[in-house]
Amino acid sequence: MSISYPTIYALATAQGRAGIAVIRISGPAAERALMKLAPNLVALPAPRYAQRLSLFETESNFDQSPVQIDDALAVRFNGPNSFTGEDVVELHVHGGHAVISALMTSLSSIEGLRPAEPGEFSRRAFENGKMDLTAVEAIADLVDAETSAQRQQALTQMGGALAKTYYGWRERLVKAMAFAEASIDFSEEDIPEDLSRQSLDALKVLAQEIREHLSDSNIGERIRDGFRIALTGAPNVGKSSLLNALAKRDVAIVSDIAGTTRDVIEVPMDLSGYAAVIIDTAGIRESEDVIEREGVRRALEQAASADLRLHLVDSVEAAEMAEHNPDTIVVMNKCDLLSNNDLGKALLGVHLLSIKMNDGLESLIVEMSERISNQAAYRSKSSAPLTRARHRHALEECVDALDRAFVSADAGADVEMMAEDVRVAAQALGRITGCVDVEELLDRIFSDFCIGK
Amino acid sequence: MLKPDVIVVGGGHAGAEAAAASARMGARTLLVTHRLETIGEMSCNPAIGGLAKGQLVREIDALDGIMGTAIDRSGIQFRMLNRSKGPAVRGPRAQADRKLYRNAIQDLLSEIENLELLADSVEDLLIDEKSGRVTGIQTVSGNEITAGAVIITTGTFLRGLIHIGDQKIPAGRVGDKPSIGLAYTFKRLGFPLGRLKTGTPPRLDGRTIGWGGLDAQPADDPPIPFSYLTDKITVPQIACHMTFTNPKTHTIIEANLHRSAMYSGQIEGVGPRYCPSVEDKIVRFADKERHQIFLEPEGLDDDTVYPNGISTSLPKDVQLEFLKTIPGLEKAIMLQPGYAIEYDYVDPRALKRSLETQEVPGLYLAGQINGTTGYEEAAAQGLMAGVNAALAVSGSNKTFELDRADAYIGVMIDDLVTLGTAEPYRMFTSRAEYRLLLRADNADLRITQRGVDIGLVGSGRHKVFAEKSIALNAARDALLSLNETPNSLRNHGFEINQDGIRRNGIEILSYQNVDYAKMSHAWPQLNGIRPDIIEQLEIEATYSSYLERQDADIKALRRDENLRLPADLEYNGIPSLSNEVCDKLSRVRPETIGQAARISGVTPAAITALLAYVKRQDSRLTA
Repeated sequence: MSISYPTIYALATAQGRAGIAVIRISGPAAERALMKLAPNLVALPAPRYAQRLSLFETESNFDQSPVQIDDALAVRFNGPNSFTGEDVVELHVHGGHAVISALMTSLSSIEGLRPAEPGEFSRRAFENGKMDLTAVEAIADLVDAETSAQRQQALTQMGGALAKTYYGWRERLVKAMAFAEASIDFSEEDIPEDLSRQSLDALKVLAQEIREHLSDSNIGERIRDGFRIALTGAPNVGKSSLLNALAKRDVAIVSDIAGTTRDVIEVPMDLSGYAAVIIDTAGIRESEDVIEREGVRRALEQAASADLRLHLVDSVEAAEMAEHNPDTIVVMNKCDLLSNNDLGKALLGVHLLSIKMNDGLESLIVEMSERISNQAAYRSKSSAPLTRARHRHALEECVDALDRAFVSADAGADVEMMAEDVRVAAQALGRITGCVDVEELLDRIFSDFCIGK
Repeated sequence: MLKPDVIVVGGGHAGAEAAAASARMGARTLLVTHRLETIGEMSCNPAIGGLAKGQLVREIDALDGIMGTAIDRSGIQFRMLNRSKGPAVRGPRAQADRKLYRNAIQDLLSEIENLELLADSVEDLLIDEKSGRVTGIQTVSGNEITAGAVIITTGTFLRGLIHIGDQKIPAGRVGDKPSIGLAYTFKRLGFPLGRLKTGTPPRLDGRTIGWGGLDAQPADDPPIPFSYLTDKITVPQIACHMTFTNPKTHTIIEANLHRSAMYSGQIEGVGPRYCPSVEDKIVRFADKERHQIFLEPEGLDDDTVYPNGISTSLPKDVQLEFLKTIPGLEKAIMLQPGYAIEYDYVDPRALKRSLETQEVPGLYLAGQINGTTGYEEAAAQGLMAGVNAALAVSGSNKTFELDRADAYIGVMIDDLVTLGTAEPYRMFTSRAEYRLLLRADNADLRITQRGVDIGLVGSGRHKVFAEKSIALNAARDALLSLNETPNSLRNHGFEINQDGIRRNGIEILSYQNVDYAKMSHAWPQLNGIRPDIIEQLEIEATYSSYLERQDADIKALRRDENLRLPADLEYNGIPSLSNEVCDKLSRVRPETIGQAARISGVTPAAITALLAYVKRQDSRLTA
């Protein structure tokens, strides 16, 4: 092949908790990436031989020695004798989220590397004649699954708030782009004169928002210290019993007297590879007791700053009143005491639990894990799940392109150059939210301006 | 007359360019139209070019077409639009003297060898029952003329229906009968037909317009020609004038909306979003107090004025009434009322990229019949259909195609045959991904050689182009051979970052504060270059960093365009394609993997499956 492609990487093994994860890097910069990640290597490992090595973070502070990511195995395949026909490096690492996440972050910072698009490995393999037909057809199904998963999951799983944010950005980008394009294509029409200026101003605000979103990096802290999960709910709905059940040991004092827990109790636990801290809070109610009031105040504070809330209720009415959002799981405890009639009325999206009957606990843990891993995914820089890494990459590309537009506009370049950078930015954002095509842009222009001679 | 190789039906802008191109390629060509004197007629507004459309005209010219030369001989107000913006988005435009333009087209056609004209109306196509091929035409007078290929360019004539208020007149344009027979032919052949609408404003008598007090818009001085072969515009130049509607106008129109053909539900066709009637403007932009009107003279010795901006399908009496409220038009005499016209079009997804229909071999469609609007869009398609029909009858198995990175022509045809169109399709610069590359200034550099290679470009143009290329390459090489340190640049008086990086001449020229004159002062070897070459180099340098970045995109585009899919591909037989994707692919029948990927709803998975198919074909061929 005469065209040199960018080097791509992706997690090649299934998502989730597994002993070993394999990350595949394919392309001309694969070997360079390996040397960067393993600075202690004196020479490249021999092709097709597994070599044990230490992987280090590529981005570290000047005054600190590099942080080790993992003790790993690397296997190198020289093109064309590889899965894709290109130079390939496979890294076999321990399967925890923290390791994969750190490795993805480091890979994304190496120049010439980007996360693979759906089907990209297979496409390269195919083009380099490395794949037989049945394999390609099977992979077509796989890519399909992956893309429909992307479409459905990526946007729903990331939670309503984030989807709303992304679509909001897209809407604003389209509008700004439409303004710039209108000033080019319809300059003879009766349109405002400062459209490209208005467009730039709007884009500057947008770029700043995306930048802030990208720099939200307390994920490192969370992965190290644990995600904070608060138990909330009225007194005596069974928060402490749930904590004990989750911790599989008695850490909280359980009694039938409402208001027993007056302080905040923290219990570390492992949720599918993520460190988590369960925080039991005082039951929230009006109280005359000074100590209990202080407990309630702290409980509210903890609940507000937690990454996830388990809101316990013990009646259908309370479940109906509870707030439902991606950061809250409403749990109906004591469901063994509810009549079938009441159970039938229980709202969709309410998790049913009976700690006493040991019913619904496993599925609750699964749901907690999912919510936490989604959060991790979205807040992490190039975190493990492929689609999320791609989202992050797309957002970075979008902001970079917008920055170029600002630079060229500041330098006095003509509007079509700024528009070109904006187009690239829209293309990048479009990889998350669906592409911005000309028809949509024209629609926007024709609905905003009276065009037509 | 000898039996023609190619028959062109229609003498509008698509037909004229199709016939000219086919004949230039050496095919014996017959142009059939109902009236020879209307060949090259401008049925709508008397202007050529504009933003993106100007690029199309330059591309037609670069392929030795006739539109550029014709407007250079007939333009009465030349203006370079977007002059205050960069060269990539500038578009040449000219008001035409309608009669001079028509004459120029007719003269140019008469100079072309292998081309004959015939006045007749085509009623039906001759189709070979066995092969399904088109074999010729049948005219109203009962004549049957056979040919290897037929190009249909009937514009708005297929079941054309004019609306003025509640009055309906079957017509292709005012004063001309519609094509009913051919419309049935298309229906019988099973083509997917749709209905579109467009409109024109009333025509006014310029002698009755109060010109005093209206804003004047002068022509450029000097006027810049369209054609790469025109040195100088010699037609006298005039100014255009502008006026505006006002709340009084709007009140009258609003009160009579129910009498507009558009608003009374008489029109089923879809009109373009970018060319709304004045009724539309007033309804959709109710808070706008005025709408601009360009008063465009139709000729130097013609008093007809085309008031651009108030196309309408209101009844005649309402048109007269609202005109009187407009400054300058208070006493204007209306020569012809405005009208809306509805017509049939063929869903262009039924076409191949050569503009040959998928179902009927030998039959080509070009222009408004494919759902486009505009003289330039029509002419560009006509040219491409003409070349491809001529190639086909010559026995060549080649087609002439331009891609999205070659030309606006490529963007347009790819859009049409891949996505179809729901409204009359007009070219905009925003449709072109590679807008900074597809400029009006470099159409010749982009595609003239391609035309030379297939025998479309005559020797006169070839010579001019070759000289320009040699001069440009030499001058560019001289620039590229500079290799200057920031230090030496500073000594020459250039303010450039002291970053230690050596720069070549194009890089130096790309700085905003550097021009070629300044450079040739510093480096005497750069002297003695033609001004047009200097301008070209300055433009190239301006966009060089963007063009470099786009280069990888273009390579990826072309890689996918080089993966051809067979025309007879049975999508149903490919496992792992969903029914939905299958339907979409079957409708368009993409010719390449790249085209397939641009169909909305075709997933990466489907593309992978198609790739597998391509590979299977390859292995069969080599087996």
